[in-house]
Amino acid sequence: MNIIVCVKQVPDTNEVRLDPVKGTLIRDGVPSIMNPDDKAGLEAALRIKDENPDTKVTVLSMGPPQADDVLREAMAMGADEAILVTDRAFGGADTWATSSTIAGAIKRLDYDLIFTGRQAIDGDTAQVGPEMSEHLGIPCVSYAADVKIEGDEVVVKRQFEDRDHIIRVKMPCLLTALSELNTPRYMTPGGIFDAYREREVRVFNRADVDVADENIGLAGSPTHVVKSFPKSVKAPGMKIETGVEESVQFIMDKLEEKYLL
Amino acid sequence: MNIQDYKGVFTFAQQVDGQLSNVSLELLGKARELADALGTYTAAMLLGHNVKNLAQELIAYGADKVYLVDNRELEIYRTEPYTQAITTIINEIKPEIVLYGATAIGRDLAPRIAGRVHTGLTADCTKLEVAPDEQGVVCFQMTRPAFGGNLMATIACPDFRPQMATVRPGVMVKALRDDKRQGEVIPFDGKLEKNNCYVTVEEVVKHIQQKMDIQDAKILVSGGRGVGGPENFGILQELADALGGTISASRAAVDAGWQAKDRQVGQTGKTVRPSLYIACGISGAIQHLAGMEESDYIIAINKDSTAPIFNVADVGIVGDLFKIVPKLTEEVKKARAK
Repeated sequence: MNIIVCVKQVPDTNEVRLDPVKGTLIRDGVPSIMNPDDKAGLEAALRIKDENPDTKVTVLSMGPPQADDVLREAMAMGADEAILVTDRAFGGADTWATSSTIAGAIKRLDYDLIFTGRQAIDGDTAQVGPEMSEHLGIPCVSYAADVKIEGDEVVVKRQFEDRDHIIRVKMPCLLTALSELNTPRYMTPGGIFDAYREREVRVFNRADVDVADENIGLAGSPTHVVKSFPKSVKAPGMKIETGVEESVQFIMDKLEEKYLL
Repeated sequence: MNIQDYKGVFTFAQQVDGQLSNVSLELLGKARELADALGTYTAAMLLGHNVKNLAQELIAYGADKVYLVDNRELEIYRTEPYTQAITTIINEIKPEIVLYGATAIGRDLAPRIAGRVHTGLTADCTKLEVAPDEQGVVCFQMTRPAFGGNLMATIACPDFRPQMATVRPGVMVKALRDDKRQGEVIPFDGKLEKNNCYVTVEEVVKHIQQKMDIQDAKILVSGGRGVGGPENFGILQELADALGGTISASRAAVDAGWQAKDRQVGQTGKTVRPSLYIACGISGAIQHLAGMEESDYIIAINKDSTAPIFNVADVGIVGDLFKIVPKLTEEVKKARAK
């Protein structure tokens, strides 16, 4: 079986701070990580491979050349092959153009099952996986919380707010993984050595991707950013630092004043 | 594509088990505003099986028309038949704007439709308006948090139709219900056709924990890393009980397993806007603030006087929550007993 796992390199948004004076982002020194939901997708694929040793797991990332790092991390965890989809022509893509580009790369590969993460922590859109499945003409099951392979079908626990659906879907198909799906394994020392010294990351440029020019990059993106701005910060209220009694009295006065009691 | 042919502000009227989701009504409130600004009409797209009875409620909350696709295949949500039905409506009726709730259904359905009709989709919008852009051209503008809630981005979709957005539950405000409002219910053939993308739902497993929606709570007592452990949420619960409120939590407390995921407030949790939000031992990471800063009144209790939560709090108490919260509970009980 061939499994493709799509991974994105993202800034660790938990580490981002705002400059309190200018209200701008402080991006310096923010580490890049493998997007957590994607890592859960990779782990799910590796577990399928653990049980079915003739499985090949290919990781694929679209991004700048630095994304090579997350692909090597994925190989050090156990992925068999890595592909970096990178070209200036792909830059500035929204989710529509990103998904058609990645789908165009995947069309060049053999696959039974594709994993993406539910969403990336830097964009939070959750759109690229479902849009890719549409471009590929295969079923998509989002928010996968459990995955079992049964012959040429997959049984997925699909999470909703207040319930789960147990869904049976025929391969080839695409699943978007929740972080809750599993706890990803660590890289092994041997794996790290191999991933960085011995293994190759295949690079797909514009010519290697099966997609029309009008569907890639900034020009192929239906949505455009009109402007971006730091969040308006509301003026802070009162801050008091006194004893317990006074603090509690202060809160009680305010609750009373605001008719909250 | 002739952009002039596209008219009307449409919403996806999500229903589950024959009940409209709250967000469906919230979207209609916004759709009404946008339609008035554009001089056009609103329509709700209602999909399901035997759901015709819900149409009047959609009209009461602001729909001028309800496109009703009633089909056995639509009884339980599945991506492909829902995508086919909505795509058929979009291709035949040509709406200029389509709004979806950013729910577990909407976030699966909307991108699939965007892929199929080839148009843009903006996720998790917090503001939607018809306004002039930087060049002075009046257009539909969709604003959403980006970068984990650290930045806001305003997005437009100038050359494709419909312009589509998802909106998180609790962000927009329902219009007042008007049962006298008149509207038109239009039964519609979704042109469903079985294909390789149809899946089988073998079982529906409802979560057993009692359903509690922190988005419906008027008062939230919320705990973070500073609460220290699951057992300590007891003192927060007592305060919540005294106030007639509910417990919620930050991502740190949920990730640590102290509270269930459905109580999480923030960018990766839920957006809440209660009348009163009491943050206990929550430092206020930007992604948390993104989910609660619209609350009417915010009280923060934290040991660390530099905690960012104090920047959004109406009242900030620098102190030990383990001393302050129980005392506060006692005072609230006294005041309420009066």
